[in-house]
Formats: sequence, C-alpha cells, structure tokens
Amino acid sequence: MAAGIIGYGAHIPRRRIKVEEIAKVWGADAPSYKKGLELREKSVPGLDEDTITLSVEAARNALARAQIDPAEIGAVYVGSESHPYAVKPSGTTVAEALGATPDCHCADLEFACKAGSEGMFVAYGLVKAGLIKYGLGIGADTSQGAPGDALEYSAAAGAAAFLMGDDDDKLIASIDETYSFMTDTPDFWRREHQFYPSHGGRFTGEPAYFRTVTGAVRGILGKSGMKPADFKYAIFHQPNGKFPKRVGKMLGFTMEQIDTGRLVPTLGNTYSGSSPLGLTAVLDVAEPGDRVLMCSYGSGAGSDAFVFTVRPRVRETRDLAPRTRWLLDEHVRYIEYGEYAKLRRKIRMAE
Amino acid sequence: MPPARAWRNYPQLYRLEAARCTKCGTVHFPPRLVCSHCRNRSFETFRLGRTGQLVSYTVIRTPSAEFTGQAPFAVGIVEMDDRVRLTAQVVDVGFDELRVGLPVRLEFRRISAEGESGVIHYGYKAAPVRG
Ligand SMILES: [Zn+2]
Repeated sequence: MAAGIIGYGAHIPRRRIKVEEIAKVWGADAPSYKKGLELREKSVPGLDEDTITLSVEAARNALARAQIDPAEIGAVYVGSESHPYAVKPSGTTVAEALGATPDCHCADLEFACKAGSEGMFVAYGLVKAGLIKYGLGIGADTSQGAPGDALEYSAAAGAAAFLMGDDDDKLIASIDETYSFMTDTPDFWRREHQFYPSHGGRFTGEPAYFRTVTGAVRGILGKSGMKPADFKYAIFHQPNGKFPKRVGKMLGFTMEQIDTGRLVPTLGNTYSGSSPLGLTAVLDVAEPGDRVLMCSYGSGAGSDAFVFTVRPRVRETRDLAPRTRWLLDEHVRYIEYGEYAKLRRKIRMAE
Repeated sequence: MPPARAWRNYPQLYRLEAARCTKCGTVHFPPRLVCSHCRNRSFETFRLGRTGQLVSYTVIRTPSAEFTGQAPFAVGIVEMDDRVRLTAQVVDVGFDELRVGLPVRLEFRRISAEGESGVIHYGYKAAPVRG
C-alpha cells in the first residue's frame, strides 16, 4: 500500500534583513556577498519566535490540509539544531499544542540541517510499517551565525511540517523511494555550551555538501531506476543560492526543475527547514502525476533523498493553508541591524 | 509564573479550549464552573477558531518584571469570531497600524522565559491577518 504525505504546511517569520544592512555594519562588500551567496535577504525571527513556535504554526497548516483529527497522530518528530531547551523536548510542546497528546510517540532529532528530513523519514517508516496511523515530521530552525561571519548573511528562520499517512484517498504525494547516504565528515559543528557554530570554511563544499548530495541522489536514482529527466521538480538543501544550482547541474538537472523549490535567495538558509520548505513550495504548484525529488543535507555529514509522486488531492488541499511563496513574499517587514541585534540577542544585557 | 500554574492552563494557552454551555450554547473562555447566562453547570469542550478583531489596545512601555526586555509592546482585547473576548499581546505590527477593527489571528508564541535557566512559557498572541 502506498504511503506518503497527507498534509504539509510551512511557516516563515515576517521580518527580513537585507545583505546590505549586515555588510554595512562590518564594512564588508555587499555586492560580492550577494553574488557569492546568490542571496539578497533572509528571514529573522522575533524575540517570541523559536523552533517550537515555528513548528506549531507549520504543523497547524499541515493539519488544515490533512483534515484529520490530531488525536490520531501517533508520532511527532521535530528536527532542529536550535531546539530551545538543551534538556526538554520541543516535540512535547508541539504535540500538546496540536492536541496529539498523550497517545503519541515523540522525539527530537538533531543532525545539523538534515534533522527535518529525518523526522519525515522516520514518520513515513512507522506509517509504512503499520505501527501508527499518522506521523508528523517537522524541520525547523532559528539558527545563528557569529556576527561578521559569512554565516550571518544566510542563517535564517522557518519551518516545514509533513503529516504522513497511508489512506489512499488522503494522499497528496506518495513516497515511492527513499535513500540515505552518510559518512563522518567534520565540515560544520557546534560543541555543547557554544552559542555560535564553527565550520571548516571551503571544506564545507567539495568533500562535504557536493560529495554527500551527489552520493544520495545517484543512490536513489539507481535504486528507483529513474533519471533526472523523469522529474518535474528537484529540491536540494540550500545553504546559499549557488550550491543547489551547482549540485543540480552536476547531476544533470535543469534550472527549470530546481528553481520552484529554491527559496534561499529571499529566505536565507533555514537549516533543518531548508529542503523541506522547498518541498512545500513545490507541492503548492505541482500537478497530479508530477515526480518530485528532494535531497536534504546535514553537516557531519549526510543526506536523505525521497522520490514523490503527486496525487490529485494536491489540488483540493493547496489553498486550505497559506502557500509558501506567499508567506515568503507578502507582508514582510524590513528591519535594520540594531533591531536585528536585539531580536537575535546579540546585545549583552545587564544581569 | 510557577511551572505548575502555567501547566494547568495549557488547554487554553496552547489549544484555545473554551467551554460551551450544553443548555444555552454560550461559549466561555476561559472555562467557568457555572454558565453566567443560564446558571447551568454542564459544558462541552469547544476549540476556538484563531481569528477575530481588535476592539481595544494600548502600548506598554513600562511592563511588569516578567516582561522587561520586551517593551515597548502592544496589548489588546480581541473579539474572537466565536464571540468571546480575550486579552493578548499584539505583535508583528507597527504601533501606528493599530486600530479598532484590525483583523487578527492568534499565533503560537513565547510569552515569557524565567531568565536564562528557567522554564519558557508559551501561549497565544495576536498578529494582524496577512493579506
Ligand atoms: Zn448557559
């Protein structure tokens, strides 16, 4: 029996900061950052927004599309590298807010930017195994880059949520194949009690992102017997605007296949939310029968790849919650670096 | 706020659970033991919708200790579409955009945190309806 996505939802904070505004403060050259990262602005969470609140809003949108009783959700997995607590799960608060407790399995996942797709994978696996009726996988982050570091221009906030199930009449997109690829690669990390992450500079590219994503995509193409031309859309993890384009080209995908789900130029890198949010933007416009490829990437390093086939129910459900491009483009509020520094708690306050 | 007190209010703070009188249908938020309309004592749980409009507001510049660091912020009374009124912070809006009748939607947000080491309280805040 087919299983897959029966509801999906996105959430993006309204505030944005432009690359110029950050570059101005550090005396950096904005045009070269914009060109180098292919990124113009990024989302910024408010003081009252975190991985838990973004996850709840995205999950409520997924529930609005799925139209199921939240008490029937048998598992909730929140993947993030910015869980608000070091000890105390994000998922319990999310499940409580949705009304999925107490009859529910719950765990928080961590694997740099891959944690969101992990939740999707596990929720799907449990549905497929018949252990639960519906499972919820969420990728959400409100990540930080150190002031002045290249990551500060891209580290953004957002969440995507997916309800997995196997009711044939509820499927929005079936999952036809999965494949994961991972090795021990120290390209990006954050030790306990450190506020900002560290990264291996240029090492994050070739041996890390490109090797892992191409490994996962070639693996799933081989496993499914498909080729790039079989897909209408392809979504790759997008730490900046360039990487997904370049990896797509290396693998034989066209810009036409990639651009619909490439949100990073005006969103920034939402880490665990990155490729999952791209998938929500694709489902917003995909037509029944379209094949969709998604491949996440998490430093450390690994990728989860999925092949989806879009079902007719996509048409009835897409306007039951806000579309992702609308959340990205409409009603945004631009802020200056001072407010950004306050919201991101970069200002040292009196004890 | 002690974690236990906040915890008892999760059904309202997290899920907007109101009590609907089984006799006259009046919706109470927060729930009550006796219906103020007909004195009936039996209710069913009713989950409020998340949209309403602002009927009154003020800007807080000198908040109580729990909310220092958040000031200035707006607080308003929201008339929900389900015809109950509740008080909430009004966020993601310029103070000059506040007006009676502003359509709002309740979003899940952080309400306060007990310093750097204490529990984080979550609940609802009103944000202008996008679009
Ligand atoms: Zn009554």
